[in-house]
Amino acid sequence: MRFRTLEQLAAVCMAEQKTISQIMLEDQARESGRSAEQEQEKMSAYYQVMKAAVRKGLTESTVSRSGLTGLDAQRIMDYRNGSGGSGRSGSSSTVGSSGDMGSIGNSGTPGSPDGDEALLGGPASLALAYALAVSEVNASMGRIVATPTAGSCGIIPGVFVSAQERFVWSDEHMVAGLFCSGAIGYVIANNSFVSGAEGGCQAEVGSAIGMAAGALVELRGGTAAQAVHAVGLALKNTLGLICDPVAGLVEIPCIVRNGFGAVTALAAADMALAGVRSVIPSDEVIQVMLEVGSGMPEKHRETAKGGLARTPTGRRIMRELYGKEKDDDACGMKAARKSKLLRELPRRPKEDTQL
Amino acid sequence: MRFKDVFSIIGPAMVGPSSSHTAGAVRLGRAARRLLGVQPEKAEIRLYGSFADTFRGHGTDLAVVGGILDFDTDDERIPHSLELAASLGIGIDVRPGKGLAAHPNTAEIKLVGAGRKALLKGASIGGGTIEVEQVNGFDVRFSAVYPTLLIFHADRMGMIAEITGLLSRQKMNIGSMDLDRKGRSGDALTVIESDSGFNAELLESLAAIPDVGDIRIIDWTEGSM
Repeated sequence: MRFRTLEQLAAVCMAEQKTISQIMLEDQARESGRSAEQEQEKMSAYYQVMKAAVRKGLTESTVSRSGLTGLDAQRIMDYRNGSGGSGRSGSSSTVGSSGDMGSIGNSGTPGSPDGDEALLGGPASLALAYALAVSEVNASMGRIVATPTAGSCGIIPGVFVSAQERFVWSDEHMVAGLFCSGAIGYVIANNSFVSGAEGGCQAEVGSAIGMAAGALVELRGGTAAQAVHAVGLALKNTLGLICDPVAGLVEIPCIVRNGFGAVTALAAADMALAGVRSVIPSDEVIQVMLEVGSGMPEKHRETAKGGLARTPTGRRIMRELYGKEKDDDACGMKAARKSKLLRELPRRPKEDTQL
Repeated sequence: MRFKDVFSIIGPAMVGPSSSHTAGAVRLGRAARRLLGVQPEKAEIRLYGSFADTFRGHGTDLAVVGGILDFDTDDERIPHSLELAASLGIGIDVRPGKGLAAHPNTAEIKLVGAGRKALLKGASIGGGTIEVEQVNGFDVRFSAVYPTLLIFHADRMGMIAEITGLLSRQKMNIGSMDLDRKGRSGDALTVIESDSGFNAELLESLAAIPDVGDIRIIDWTEGSM
């Protein structure tokens, strides 16, 4: 790659009069030895998976295997259309400008210009709902694309699919946006981190927001420099965010953080497009994320040993799920075997275990 | 650079909820399946560390069994893999293992089928990436990121030279290589990760080397998202 920092990326774009996505596609093809068309096809296949995940999250049951989460995206869709919990709006429309997602059916009116009931207004509440939808599909073992991780997989699809409907963009335009997101994520990942176990939630959800915000700026016609400012503006808002999932599952608080993340990405993109600058350069903000994440206690890095996971309710949920608390390693196995969950598992006759 | 390209950031396509506890677990199961080489009649899976603690919520058991059914990480049949395995008559026994493993996300998989046995132990080290640590009692390490060739053979002088000579003749580059033996002049295993896939001609010529036994390929680079 011709860039290691966002500053270098913006400089290459400026020098060659190209967009971030064009530079990323060129460098990707050079790195992989495959043609640009092949790489675009692969990314396009990923975008179809993202759109299918939005649809699935709005129309099918997304109750997770633990039973802790699900169906919140559908609640938002009902609410924003003023139909509240039970009755749902019957009209249908298509998701995606190419119409290849087909009808969403009767679980709301995605893509409709309304949604006025939501305090956020139509577009932002739609991005919120779509991001929740994809994260709930992930939690319920549906098909998603890690962007950059499974824990943060809702933000980019939430922002991209809702913006595509609103501005009637082509799939090709969205695929270019994914290359732009990927370029930003590539810089963040190689200078800091993108996993909660290494750097907390700021590294997963924070990175995804920065990637979505920067791409939105490019998709709306902003400059590469503006896209880079959007990344810095967004990252500054999630610095310090810990990874404290209840029972170690990618559900609480991960799913709602994906919803919040989509809304924040819109805000960061708007600021950058309006000319707001990140006074601390985005590359320096990425270094702060590295510094904060490196100093983060282990209990706040995806171990379920701190934060929300260790609240009285978080501990009760863990006991109910596993029959023990996760940090209780010494007697953990015995307790786990006695728990309700494991008793439900199929057992085989004893002779079968002799391999 | 830890992350090499755009698709290590955007991707892989996978069934949720966790790249380490689900996607990586699928790949461990699938590596065991390729090691056996056929659909197994029985599978015994032991989970360690964080896998043992949270497998129910993450679907790690379903993911490993999905891999044993040769599913890719994004196969939507993964949530139903236990029922599918039962309908195929595959006996599944999955539970936490005894003792501690080196890596928090470790699985030990024993498969039996077609009169053969396969034993694979490995860890899911993040982002869906796996590291196999043990194969049929041999201590070998590989990631299966690249097309991987496993050659079971007798430990004798010149064997490695003959194997690598055949790869060289096919103009194949070896990315990494590992080998282990159970004792001098005993059974041995050579593992080769290559930049490109292995063709039938190469496999035939490898099988023709004296003292070479079973050959297995673990390669899901083609057609994989």
